[in-house]
Amino acid sequence: MIALPDALPDVLPDALADWLDAQGWDLHPHQRAMLDQADAPSALLIAPTGGGKTLAGFLPSLAEIARDPRPGLHTIYISPLKALATDIRRNLLRPIEGAGLAIRVEDRTGDTGATQRRRQRVDPPHILLTTPESLALLLSYEEAPRIFAGVRRVIVDELHAIAESKRGDQLMLGLSRLSALAPGVRRVGLSATVEDPPALGRFLGQDTRVLLADPGPAPDIAMLETGHPPPWAGGGGRHAIPAVLDQVRQHRTTLIFHNTRAQAEIFFHHLWLANDDGLPIAIHHGSLSREARAKVEAAMTAGQLRAVVCTGTLDLGIDWGDVDLVIQVGAPRNVKRLVQRIGRANHRYNAPSKALLVPANRWEVIECHAAIDAVRARALDGEPRGPGGLDVLCQHILATACAGPFDADALYAEVTTAGPYAGLTRADFDACLEFCATGGYALRAYDRWQRLILRNGHWQLRDPRTAAVIRQNLGTIIDIETLKVRLRGRMGGTPLGEVEESFAATLTAGDTFLIGGEVVRYEGLREMTVEVSRQPGRDPRVAVFSGTKFATSTQLSDRILDLLQHESWSDLPAHTARWLALQREVSGLPQPNRLLCESFPHEGREHLCVYGFAGRNAQQTLGLLMTKRMEDRALAPLGFVATDHATLIWGLEPVLNAAPLLEAAGLRDGLESWLAGNAVMKRTFRATAIIAGLIERQHQGRRKSGRQATFSSDILYDTLRRFDPDHLLLKVTRQEAMRGLVDFGRIEALLARVQGRIDLHRLDRVTPFAAPLMLEPGRVPVAGEGRQRLAEAEAARLMAAAGLT
Amino acid sequence: MSCHAFTFAGCALLALPSGGLFWPDAGLLVVSDLHLGKSARLARRGGGLLPPYETSETLARLDADIETHAPRSVICLGDSFDDMEAQGELAEADRLWITRLIAGREWIWAEGNHDPGPGQIGGIHRAEVTIGALTFRHEAAPDARAEVSGHFHPKARLAGQAAPCFLVSDPDRLILPAYGRYTGGLSCDAPVLAALMGAGALAILTGQRALAVPYAAALGRGQRAR
Repeated sequence: MIALPDALPDVLPDALADWLDAQGWDLHPHQRAMLDQADAPSALLIAPTGGGKTLAGFLPSLAEIARDPRPGLHTIYISPLKALATDIRRNLLRPIEGAGLAIRVEDRTGDTGATQRRRQRVDPPHILLTTPESLALLLSYEEAPRIFAGVRRVIVDELHAIAESKRGDQLMLGLSRLSALAPGVRRVGLSATVEDPPALGRFLGQDTRVLLADPGPAPDIAMLETGHPPPWAGGGGRHAIPAVLDQVRQHRTTLIFHNTRAQAEIFFHHLWLANDDGLPIAIHHGSLSREARAKVEAAMTAGQLRAVVCTGTLDLGIDWGDVDLVIQVGAPRNVKRLVQRIGRANHRYNAPSKALLVPANRWEVIECHAAIDAVRARALDGEPRGPGGLDVLCQHILATACAGPFDADALYAEVTTAGPYAGLTRADFDACLEFCATGGYALRAYDRWQRLILRNGHWQLRDPRTAAVIRQNLGTIIDIETLKVRLRGRMGGTPLGEVEESFAATLTAGDTFLIGGEVVRYEGLREMTVEVSRQPGRDPRVAVFSGTKFATSTQLSDRILDLLQHESWSDLPAHTARWLALQREVSGLPQPNRLLCESFPHEGREHLCVYGFAGRNAQQTLGLLMTKRMEDRALAPLGFVATDHATLIWGLEPVLNAAPLLEAAGLRDGLESWLAGNAVMKRTFRATAIIAGLIERQHQGRRKSGRQATFSSDILYDTLRRFDPDHLLLKVTRQEAMRGLVDFGRIEALLARVQGRIDLHRLDRVTPFAAPLMLEPGRVPVAGEGRQRLAEAEAARLMAAAGLT
Repeated sequence: MSCHAFTFAGCALLALPSGGLFWPDAGLLVVSDLHLGKSARLARRGGGLLPPYETSETLARLDADIETHAPRSVICLGDSFDDMEAQGELAEADRLWITRLIAGREWIWAEGNHDPGPGQIGGIHRAEVTIGALTFRHEAAPDARAEVSGHFHPKARLAGQAAPCFLVSDPDRLILPAYGRYTGGLSCDAPVLAALMGAGALAILTGQRALAVPYAAALGRGQRAR
């Protein structure tokens, strides 16, 4: 890391320096530092939102091109959002046109028209604004070496966000390709505050210099005072609506963040019902139609809105100058994301951002309190990033073959220069290459029809026409299958957004549900579009959006456990402090190096509660594994429910000894067999198979004709498991699931920490901590033989009802 | 018994959980849309290299059904091969396997849109077949009576799970599910299928056991997951 300079570097062309002066713009120290570091092969700037990061990234490019304005691509700017590319272009044109610089800036995303794309391949601009996917596509063209040969700089914006997903793997592989085509190209990363800047630097490139901008004043963060205490369980924060409206009235523009789209929908619905002053408030999330979102964004930019109820879709993107308050409804789950969200309230550089947290239930009061402590201590969390995905590598190998024949040794050397693949073994690389060429099956069925063949020492596509299919399927974002929702009416009706196909499948004509803040009635399905009518009915259902369920981070969970060890809790609301004291008196409080379990009868069922504090996904997995072991021991479990902190299991027999149910080896064995047929694995396999190029994405056009031609990836998964259990894609799927939705690592970490110190409290009634769990939604029935029996009973009922036998 | 017994056009039939149809009185087994060689065809065309095991898997199920019911005749009701080339490209082991299944019984390949001509494997090739009261052809014909067909790969949803299904509209139409492993499905509420189903039609879902439900109740999206 390097110190920030005080002196203004003498590298800006006069025209640009004069223009900046005329605007009264004074460069921030980190913007000057980026000019100083313009020659660094790789530089990473970490600065808070609103710190003029993007300009800092571009200044050296503007200076260089102004000095030497020869034609050809000089700088590639990559952002995770298509919309950002367009906004950045507008922002860049101000200094360029203002200073009269002869610099051509163009964007290229999935929305760019075919004519402009073709022209860009022949005559590229000086600065190209694009996304990781569009860059991958450009690199796969045969003329890529010519297009990219002269590139000097590549700027990656919002690197912290890109690095969180496989898009980061894809982009870094793309940059390794770019560095091979344009030796000497310099990399610049721009990132919001992260917990481990050197790690992000290594991700970006070898020998990255990390520049830390002044993080600015500590945010002004507190809990929102509400008239009513939050409910015992559940989410959504409806109790806080009057207090939230008060805050909206007192501020210019408020962003109200929710953790899920469903909760955002419900909250917005009730907020709107309570909005007696008719304040202009909108909703924004990823399942709304592009038109609806664009309308909200335009109104926001024009300063017409007082509040936006939103989800992670507004975590990134162009800064809206007028936001002066961020409200986070529901526990933030993760301190880093909270800090980044709070940064959206950045109405003035170097003024503290203002944020209020709204715990949605009693547990979240504790979690919000712990999160506020962490924000004040500037203690960010984050799990270290795993190595790059092999499925993404397979895609990269295929894309590379689209551009032309390649040498395996050279490509291996090249990909290991990409941060996420620095530790890639040759064996894993070869397995990926083998998969791309022959499918990698134990049964060598495709000798005649290999996808890649080795000719004169170079790998190439057997059939050059394959390139079109491979290019169409580039990218690592896997859409869940959704259906568009439209108002029934003339000309196809107004688009409202989309719902998941699995949710649409449960709708019957007349059902009502919430979308875009309005209640609509399901009318029917026409050509893969859900047709609805407006219906201000009561009790709408909520469309299920299976966005990632973030689990509470390890650091935040540890802070919560620490908080529970306090003697008293005078800084917590009185209702919460009383609740904790009562739990200590009746049963006991969970401790960091012990595992508290409670067993008690309630309403004719036996209950077992395990306070693992391992995060939602791991507690869910623990529930599945423990009920399986209980079934083996004839304890007749009937179901369970999991939260970020605990798992509650109910059944017919009392659990009097929890240790055997929590023995590590047994859980791991159970995991192996349970995982195999699990829906999580099948969902993970689908994503992996699409990314690796085994199956093609479903294109809207093809789906219109019905689904007869395509078949479920579940069938491929089952077939592979049965006939080729050691196949590369099954290994990749297993690894992904283990660190993603299954999160077994946190169960192992928990058991390692506890070392058998398991306390089982046998009680005669439900405990204060367990009571809210009884009310949690998301109860999972334990099926065993159940599914089939359920289906048979249902079939018998339907036949009888129809008078058939 | 995991089969579902029903009457169609006066004939007593069994819907097998595998997706095959058995007619005990005629000693006849009917399977439709095997799509053998599908993964090989996709590979030939430069698509993804799917796990090349579906032909063996499909043949293993067919073998088991033949073992259990010992049919005197077998009709493969069209789209038995994913295309004409697929037949020529079968692995030697699979070709021998089919030859062994054919031996000792009458074997009829009805033609489908994927395999319109005669192949080089044994058995008889027919556009359509009539046996007793029933007519067997690949794709439902307009105004047909007592017709057994395939082609559409119908699929229905029960208790939140989708499965290939038979559609029975006595006495006119009986549509078989696709028997092949790598086959997609058409939701049984698709208009083209709904138009073929009359009052009192049944959907029989395949799976661990064959389960019959009223067609009206199986209309895909009308069924709430439980």
